[in-house]
Amino acid sequence: MNILPRLSLRAFAVWRRNFLVWKKLAIPSLLGNLADPMIYLFGLGYGLGGLLPQVGGVSYIAFLAAGTVCASTMNAASFEALYSAFSRMHVQRTWEAIMNAPVTLEDVMAGELLWAAAKATLSGIAILLVIWVLGLIGSPLALWAVPVIFLTGLAFAALGLIVTALAPSYDFFMYYFTLFITPMVLLCGVFFPPDQLPPAVQAVAAWLPLTHAVALVRPLLFGEIPSGIVGHVAALLAVAAIAFGIASALIRRRLLK
Amino acid sequence: MSPLRVVALRKSYEGREVVAGLGFELQRGECYGLLGPNGAGKTTTLRCCLGLTMPDSGEIVLAGEPVPERAREARMKIGVVPQFDNLDPDFTAAENLIVYGRYFGMKDAEIRPKIAELLDFAGLSGKEKANIRTLSGGMKRRLTLARALVNDPELLLLDEPTTGLDPQARHLIWERLKRLQAQGKTILLTTHFMDEAERLCQRLAIIDAGRMVAEGAPRDLIRDNIEAQVVEVYGEDAPGWAQREAQAFSNRVEVSGETAFCYVADAAPLLAHLAAWPSLRTLHRPANLEDVFLKLTGRELRD
Repeated sequence: MNILPRLSLRAFAVWRRNFLVWKKLAIPSLLGNLADPMIYLFGLGYGLGGLLPQVGGVSYIAFLAAGTVCASTMNAASFEALYSAFSRMHVQRTWEAIMNAPVTLEDVMAGELLWAAAKATLSGIAILLVIWVLGLIGSPLALWAVPVIFLTGLAFAALGLIVTALAPSYDFFMYYFTLFITPMVLLCGVFFPPDQLPPAVQAVAAWLPLTHAVALVRPLLFGEIPSGIVGHVAALLAVAAIAFGIASALIRRRLLK
Repeated sequence: MSPLRVVALRKSYEGREVVAGLGFELQRGECYGLLGPNGAGKTTTLRCCLGLTMPDSGEIVLAGEPVPERAREARMKIGVVPQFDNLDPDFTAAENLIVYGRYFGMKDAEIRPKIAELLDFAGLSGKEKANIRTLSGGMKRRLTLARALVNDPELLLLDEPTTGLDPQARHLIWERLKRLQAQGKTILLTTHFMDEAERLCQRLAIIDAGRMVAEGAPRDLIRDNIEAQVVEVYGEDAPGWAQREAQAFSNRVEVSGETAFCYVADAAPLLAHLAAWPSLRTLHRPANLEDVFLKLTGRELRD
């Protein structure tokens, strides 16, 4: 796919546009991103965790914390690449205005991709901070979770842009969340170790991007070096690159025919 | 060098040819109009010129750059006012200009000093901090025009710039476009308003079904394509009268509903005859661009 020649640094002007909008509502936006994961973390972590012995060698709330970071990064990137990007593409015609300037569609999409990943990273970091304050982070190795969070954001932003490319309206996104995002939260080791699942389901889960994010972030928060780093990073990178290629082709067909 | 040259442009969607071999060339400093009914291919032509739609064939040179190959470079030197408002609703008027300037690679320090002047031109002085949602339709369109000027373009492309505006707002836009032309800018606009085309354009092309059916100065188009005088005849009896009597006094008669349009070189005999028909009301006027347009593109609805 012939994307690279059409990319330029103008993508950052698109990124900055989204950042400027976000800045106006930064605090409520961050609090909004924190509320949902915190409810799960405290509710399940303390409520359910009190009934459980250790999970994976740590307290349940510590186990859940690592999963929550990844799941909420996924959610933040997905929401931005779906609802917000769709508003700008379809409802507000913001992309159309931008493309009347010397900015290509691929620049616009790269700006959206990087922005969604950045916003997801901000919300991931906010949760990391809360977890750290709670004393659930064991070592400075946890800082390495930040690039993993960004990478996770890239992968899910790119996947989200594919759905946006195909969406006739906002209603369409419900399918994506119900059929893809929510099952992933349950299959990829956020709430419980994946080895609790039947082997066939485990085999499917191993292919899902969130599995790779969790497999990297959880050991890092406990102060361990994850096993199979290269494979997990490569899987997330591959998802991001391939999904972005597909999304670009689809949106090009949708907007520039 | 021409700011925009289009040669033998063709574009089809699903087997339907929307632009069918269109060609035209703008002269520097003129205002050129693409005039056509809905679906004539005006917007598709503009999109092709900007490199946002890939033509099936044809040649486009915009601001000296071949399009679509170097559309990005060409768009550096172009300002665009789109048909539908797409100002950024999350920003103030000034922020809209700054953010848009960044898309041209301009630094904030380059854009900020221009804001007051641009808003002033748009008749929006003091509205730097105004929320877009609080602006009227006319104000939004003027701000869109100011936004299109942020990169000081040599050529402005306007897609139906006054559609949906009230008369006061339209006149203000026209006045601003004339001022821009006086500053030496070249303007290409699409419209289906005849008065707009007649008032603003030195030359225009009448387009129908993706083809050019006539091109020239508005006055020449009227002189070359149609009889000098029009007598409009209204009333219940008008269609019947037109069928029986009108031909004898007119070069050409068209009936639309309860109105007969009689095109004549000399109106005196027709008016004398009509004096004997008190049930018919008449309007005698010189032919205008709308008459040419309707003659060349027909009277049936285009939706």
